[in-house]
Amino acid sequence: MTHFIDRRLNPKGKSLGNRQRFLKRARTQIREAVQKSLKDSAVADLGKDRKIRISTKGTKEPRFRLDPQTAGDRDFVLPGNRDFTPGDEIKKPKSGGSGGRGKEATDSGEGEDDFEFTMTQEEILDVFFEDLALPNLVRTTLKNAAVKTWRRAGITTAGSPNQINLIRTMRNAYGRRLALRRPSLGDVQQLEENLDRVEREEQSDEARDRISALKEQIARANAKRKWVGFIDPVDVRFNAFTEQSVPTSQAVMFCLMDVSGSMGEREKDLAKRFYMLLHLFLKRRYEKVDVVFIRHTHDAQEVDEQEFFYSRQSGGTIVSTALNKMLEIQKERYTTSDWNIYAAQASDGYTQSGDARHCVELLNAEIMPLCQYYAYIEILDEREMEVFASEDSGAELWRAYRTVAAAWDNFATKRIARPADIFPVFHELFRKAEA
Amino acid sequence: MSKLLFSGAEWDFATLDRTYKAIEEIAHKDLGLDVYPNQIEIISSEQMLDAYSSLAMPLMYSHWSFGKLFAREETLYRAGYSALAYEIVINSSPCISYLLEENTMTMQALVMAHAAFGHNHFFKNNYLFRQWTNAEGILDYLAFAKRYIAACEERHGREEVEAVLDAAHALMDQGVFRYRRPPRPSKERVLEKHRRRMAYEEEAYSELWRTLPAGIEPPAAPPTPDPDAEFDIDEKLPEENVLYFLEKHSPSLKPWQRETLRIVRNMAQYFYPQRQLKVMNEGCATFVHYTIMNQLYDRGLITEGSLLEFMHSHTSVVFQPEFGDKRYSGINPYALGYAMMDDIKRICERPTDEDRDWFPDLAGSGDWMGALKYAWANYRDESFIEQYLSPKLMRDFRFFALFDKADAETYKVSAIHNERGYREVRAALARQYDTSGDPNIQVARADLKGDRTLYLEHHMHRGVPLHDQTKDHVLGHVELLWGHDVVLEEIAA
Repeated sequence: MTHFIDRRLNPKGKSLGNRQRFLKRARTQIREAVQKSLKDSAVADLGKDRKIRISTKGTKEPRFRLDPQTAGDRDFVLPGNRDFTPGDEIKKPKSGGSGGRGKEATDSGEGEDDFEFTMTQEEILDVFFEDLALPNLVRTTLKNAAVKTWRRAGITTAGSPNQINLIRTMRNAYGRRLALRRPSLGDVQQLEENLDRVEREEQSDEARDRISALKEQIARANAKRKWVGFIDPVDVRFNAFTEQSVPTSQAVMFCLMDVSGSMGEREKDLAKRFYMLLHLFLKRRYEKVDVVFIRHTHDAQEVDEQEFFYSRQSGGTIVSTALNKMLEIQKERYTTSDWNIYAAQASDGYTQSGDARHCVELLNAEIMPLCQYYAYIEILDEREMEVFASEDSGAELWRAYRTVAAAWDNFATKRIARPADIFPVFHELFRKAEA
Repeated sequence: MSKLLFSGAEWDFATLDRTYKAIEEIAHKDLGLDVYPNQIEIISSEQMLDAYSSLAMPLMYSHWSFGKLFAREETLYRAGYSALAYEIVINSSPCISYLLEENTMTMQALVMAHAAFGHNHFFKNNYLFRQWTNAEGILDYLAFAKRYIAACEERHGREEVEAVLDAAHALMDQGVFRYRRPPRPSKERVLEKHRRRMAYEEEAYSELWRTLPAGIEPPAAPPTPDPDAEFDIDEKLPEENVLYFLEKHSPSLKPWQRETLRIVRNMAQYFYPQRQLKVMNEGCATFVHYTIMNQLYDRGLITEGSLLEFMHSHTSVVFQPEFGDKRYSGINPYALGYAMMDDIKRICERPTDEDRDWFPDLAGSGDWMGALKYAWANYRDESFIEQYLSPKLMRDFRFFALFDKADAETYKVSAIHNERGYREVRAALARQYDTSGDPNIQVARADLKGDRTLYLEHHMHRGVPLHDQTKDHVLGHVELLWGHDVVLEEIAA
């Protein structure tokens, strides 16, 4: 007696628990690897599965094993002799055993210092968020990428009673009653009245015949009314709904960054995470998100992402050039009627004296009326952070931007020195999203 | 009407059933195989990966190492580096075979012949499996283990349990009895224990217990400590099963930790025969599927196309690259096992003079199935090769033996496939499959009355020491389980 069992429909992800245990175990290595991998990837690529290579430190599974390379002797057998005869000597391959050493080599060369596997988007985001110290509610809202609603999708023959479409149902029933010539209640009453009248009028044979004929007609009509129902299951129609993602409009995100010599690797890395988080947020709310990278020194240019983060330029620092460039691009390509405009600016806070005032004028007069949200971060090192403990003290640009922030609700400023400082910049933004 | 069981690649359950019956008839009537009842399960590729990563068992306790294995296998599979196995078969009764849903019908037939009859017969009849594994009980035991570990995690915390499991896994190779069953307590000891327990209950008896409301039990006797256990420990030493020793005698483990060690030890013991029978097990299954598939074709039950598809997959399974080849990764157990069994058949049917010299009992006897069944039942890889590897096969594989001295610059070719070398090559190859190739580690001494240091000994075979780094790692785990210092000495033979 054989049993065939179809297990394909059994619940999936039996090893999910083991996977979580493994991720937890290798947490430190994974964090390092994810951060490194994020550094090398594009701003818009955050929400994707990716391959991660971690060192096996922390997830080693040691066993006692022999090491015939250091001492002692042994025999072993290999297949595929070509022209060796007893007594021949074969040079040993260099340690690491590149081929030809057989099982022994692969067994002992199992060093597996690196371990490569694929992490899902969700797992990557977890690591990313952990660093940024995002509140939990924000994490979940960001992760549930698509917003869906129920939309009407025509009429179906099956559904739940509360979705019955009465008009369609009654129309079908009416058509069916007509087609099958179901006697109406009026018809029956008419016959009964006739019968009544005839019965009362006269008592002739002819009348008796009419009476029995009428009675038969009434009985037939009643019977027909019974088997041709007023409403039949085949008439019933239901409204159908399907899930559809909300058609969201499009957004453009302007990334502005000072790339003069004072912005080092660390500053750029912090800025990049800042842009990534904003992008993630925008992607959740808008179907299409364009990213424009504008870098500036004393002069601003639109560049691609690679150049934005990795090339370096020398020169002075005039922030207003970047703002002008942004306005120029916006007018050319991103009309406010079609696009939601977001801007994110990162800088170390230095600008040519006098330029800050110019920036404030530009922002107040032209840029802020266009923007949904404007976020400015000033990247300091930890030492500077202590010096500028108070919000009020700061360099010229900072003080100038503070006045803008006071005037506009959708303008955020923040000084950051660590990844965890980034999130508060978006506080306003996310609070709105949750509401 | 055509007798064909199936013609296309598609399969459904009716076809599977029809094919299974045809295979079963050949297996029972023609080959006379003796199998456990079969249970065949169809699974998806993801479930196959799941099964891979839990030591190919349908149930397994949770541990991160299985998650790691899954992550690796999945990446390799998705990237297309490795194909999935067509089947997994579990040594249990009923014998469970997993078939992958993506297989074509020909492959399903091949896999059923291979797993449900080849492996199954071997599991049921080989002496090592009969002696060491309890096929009826394994699934229940796994279910118990899974529940028990989960309950421990809940009660003692995941980290605690993980630490014990990590340590136990590191000692899995040292957690098997190689030569004997675990010692049972002698009859006197059992009686003595019982007597002492009775004495305790008598002593502790109190009239008050009788007044307890129904349903409440008086407190049970505390487990009676065995006064001998600590003193006659030296009598039981040396002990080769390090995990068993720690489970029974470690001064610092709590009861649940001992039970956890026991679970890991039982798993190790369950898998131990499989490691000694790789060549024979795969050889037997491959030989059976080859014979059955050809029978199906001879009887007109499968098409020529199916036969070709089967041959294609069969030849890639038994392919043996040469040692210098990029694809070489050791001797392929399928290739060697199948070749040896096919060779036994040849020797029985068409022996040469050489075969008559080497295998006087077999040569020309004609009853190849009987000879094979005898071998399948009574040998393990090492003895099977030592007994049955013929000079012809050594020539076919072009086997040669190398002598490797650690401080020499070169390997020395000590014997090749010629008249003078046959016996030496064969003996060397057989030794390669002997598990005495595992490091021989024993518990030598435990200083229970002094500073409680545990002394382990590694008896070196031909002067080969343990790998230094991993040794330190594993010893760290042993110390965790023992709770005091652990010393490992390398003893030259």
